[in-house]
Amino acid sequence: MNESVPIRVTVNGAELVAEVEPRLLLSDFIRHRARLTGTHVGCEHGVCGACTVLVDGEPQRSCLVFAAQVDGAEIETVEGLAGTTASADGGDALHPIQQAFHEEHGMQCGFCTPGFLMTTQALLREHPHPSDEQLLDALSGNLCRCTGYLNIVRAVRAAEAAIEGAAPATSDASASTGGAHGA
Amino acid sequence: MAREALVGQSVPRVEDERLLRGAGRYVDDIDPPGGAEAAFLRSPHAHARIVSVDTTLARLMPGVVAVYTGADLADQVEPMVFQIAKITPPPVRESTGATSRVHPMPALPTERVTYVGQPLAIVVAESRYLAEDALELIEFELEPLPAIVDPVAALEPGAPLVEPEWGTNEALSYHFVRGDPEAAFANADVVVEETFRSHRHVAAPIETRGVVAAPDPYDGTLAVWSSTQTPHQLRDFLAGALRRAPETLHVRAPDVGGGFGPKGAIYPEELVVPWVASELGRPVKWIEDRSEHFSATTHGREQVHTIALAADGDGRIVGLRDRVVHNCGAFNILGLVVPYNTLTHLVGMYDIPVVDVELRAAITNTGVTAPYRGAGRPEAVFAMERIVDRLARTLGLDPADVRERNAIPPSALPYETGMIYRDGTRQTYDSGDYPRLLRTARELVSDEDWAARAGSHREVGVGYAAYVEGTGVGPFESASATVLPGGRVRVATGSSSQGQGHRTTLGQIAADALGIPLDRIEVVGGDTGAIATGFGTIASRSVVVGGNAVAKACAALREQALTAAAQLGIEVGEDDELPLAAIGGALTPFNPGRPAGAPARLHAQVEHYPGPVTYAAGVHAAVVAVDPRTGEVEVLRYAVAHDCGRAVNPAIADGQIVGGTMQGIGGALYEELVYDDDGQLRTGSFMDYLLPTAAELPEFRLAHVDALSPLNPLGVKGLGEGGAIGPMAAIANAVEGALADHGVVVRSCPLSPDRVRGLIRAAHEPVATARQESP
Repeated sequence: MNESVPIRVTVNGAELVAEVEPRLLLSDFIRHRARLTGTHVGCEHGVCGACTVLVDGEPQRSCLVFAAQVDGAEIETVEGLAGTTASADGGDALHPIQQAFHEEHGMQCGFCTPGFLMTTQALLREHPHPSDEQLLDALSGNLCRCTGYLNIVRAVRAAEAAIEGAAPATSDASASTGGAHGA
Repeated sequence: MAREALVGQSVPRVEDERLLRGAGRYVDDIDPPGGAEAAFLRSPHAHARIVSVDTTLARLMPGVVAVYTGADLADQVEPMVFQIAKITPPPVRESTGATSRVHPMPALPTERVTYVGQPLAIVVAESRYLAEDALELIEFELEPLPAIVDPVAALEPGAPLVEPEWGTNEALSYHFVRGDPEAAFANADVVVEETFRSHRHVAAPIETRGVVAAPDPYDGTLAVWSSTQTPHQLRDFLAGALRRAPETLHVRAPDVGGGFGPKGAIYPEELVVPWVASELGRPVKWIEDRSEHFSATTHGREQVHTIALAADGDGRIVGLRDRVVHNCGAFNILGLVVPYNTLTHLVGMYDIPVVDVELRAAITNTGVTAPYRGAGRPEAVFAMERIVDRLARTLGLDPADVRERNAIPPSALPYETGMIYRDGTRQTYDSGDYPRLLRTARELVSDEDWAARAGSHREVGVGYAAYVEGTGVGPFESASATVLPGGRVRVATGSSSQGQGHRTTLGQIAADALGIPLDRIEVVGGDTGAIATGFGTIASRSVVVGGNAVAKACAALREQALTAAAQLGIEVGEDDELPLAAIGGALTPFNPGRPAGAPARLHAQVEHYPGPVTYAAGVHAAVVAVDPRTGEVEVLRYAVAHDCGRAVNPAIADGQIVGGTMQGIGGALYEELVYDDDGQLRTGSFMDYLLPTAAELPEFRLAHVDALSPLNPLGVKGLGEGGAIGPMAAIANAVEGALADHGVVVRSCPLSPDRVRGLIRAAHEPVATARQESP
């Protein structure tokens, strides 16, 4: 029953080939096999959103998906966020979303933060200027117990403004799909 | 020009970047090579006799390393007893007759289980998946016994006994009386009395608990990483329970994903996992899953108050009486800590001449309760601030006016309440301006036409909650400051962080005390290898006790450096950056020009023993719109006027207040941990226990009315808990105010639509009966 299945995925632009047990959660695959521990597990029942990653550009709770289900997918995690965007200096600079969470004090313990960052990344790709309703609808899938959300909402608005300021005038559409990995 | 002080500035947090990059290291990110993973078998019954636990099959399962039960540990791991549970300062005992039974908790039980979720056995396997598979193979027989869940019922004669040998479920009690309650209540113009229930909460940090233990292959010392608020206490606890010398244990709290009190307790798993690792000679990890967290991490807040006020016709309170029942859960692990906070925070910022408070605490077949953000204070404030509103409504007065009328004026400070604080000192409010806090809170909600905003189908209410908070309790905190090669300074302290930003705030304090830039300082909290003694981050004390400890250690280090500089002929101007690289470099024993008798390194260490606690205070104001047809409550605005003394980092301080307030709002409107009558947990997931999300974020207003603490050199007061103290009371008062025309009395939270509708129905239905009774 536990026979391994082969999968091939792209994680933050790097290709990974692995044999996985069918029951291995994507969250455990990312954390323990890909050794990317920035994706955190807070509830394992799909409510807290701490484990949110992007699968083919869509935010997914990696605790509700088996690794075997994402064969062939492109996965983005928090570790890939810096350097994947719009930042002209490329490489190492924090992504504008990360920078905004820092500047607006949109984080305390940091445990839920990667999930919020990835949710925000998906939100702003799809809606570069989300309405309040769109913004709260997206963020309400992630739980934070420290900040009370006030500064998280501010951070997302600040990120929205920063991305708009940094991007060339026509870039909204080109940044909106999941394929936008850095080199 | 003088160096600009960093204390008082919203310096961006130094801890953020690695956390933002996903490079934080929480306990589950620590994977020592060769490690195994553990899972616990837990009791499905609230109360049962353990007939048998057979692990034979589980042990035979491929991938299983070992299985241990209570019987295996019985003569290996001492039952758990918290030091603080054994200590009742004599003045506390003398003034209240306080007694508390010491109640040892077995790491794994052998005879009975007394709550759902209590660990019964541990499986260690090559992966967590396999460990959980093996749990299914443990064959156990438990003979269910009658369970008691309700703390009031638990104190009645004939109740099932959680500890039969006690002959009672009463775990502790106290009774404080000042003045003549009988006369005060007999002669008052008006007496109001009501019963309020503060319901059970769980803190639910997004990171659950977890522990990793790894024995050293050379000398057998044990490295332990735990998601704890109190690593030094865990080390000492482990040393006692496992009968090891403390120096053979290296306990660290890595990045911790939120604490809020429960991670300040010590848990059976934190003893069992290190013992197992030591026994097996290999690293073992256990990470709590969320369902375990709901049943096996400590809960908080459950108290029932029957509270009465005596007052004159103007609403001037002349007497307070309260009869409190507190639910300890299955074990009385921390004694008076939480229940006694309730006493010393009940009167709050009011000047009340006669006080009569009795509390009895029961053990029950429910999860253990312990401090949760506020720790006895939100419970007290819910009862007191609700009854103040009942008084105002009875007299037809504005509740805010009644509060101002009874507030202790600034001229009366320092003000002695006549009570003894838990540390044994006379409770004294040291500083603050309570009337101004009240006025400020009123102003924060008085600039809008709320009825217009709510719309015609909804009723609007404004509710207040006022409180004081003793912060910065001892006994001590440690700090050391060491100049590293190259001139950087490492500051180590027992105050670890669970997200509060200690590396930044304590770094700011250190930078000012040393006269060097923040980026030359690294702060290490929560590592018993970095500093041998320490207490931890609990009870709104880190900046007060830890911060002043850091200031002292860094001032001492500066003195050392200046003395050495003088010996070395290095000139240092008052406002110069302290040239620690030069001084430290010249002190090396290999420097032939080194002055005789100069220290070989620059290092200072202090243990700071604070005096009495310093009083933070706050007034919360909630504006709600209630739809009587659906029972839905919307918080239109939530305002906080707060006194936290000097804010070391205002952005971080405000973040603490807002975060605490949102937790409190969660408890007021959404969160409730529910057991059924058999002690089964009915809210075992985030699907049933509802945390607030960003969509529930109300409009916030925050104002500081900060009075510097005269009790410590930094002038700081604690602020980690304050935000969580007021919301239950403020929102309940607002909802009751909104529904005043319906005659609703709010006696408990959370104010879910269902409960609000129930209140409205109940207020309308029994009218006929009430009319019959009243003429």
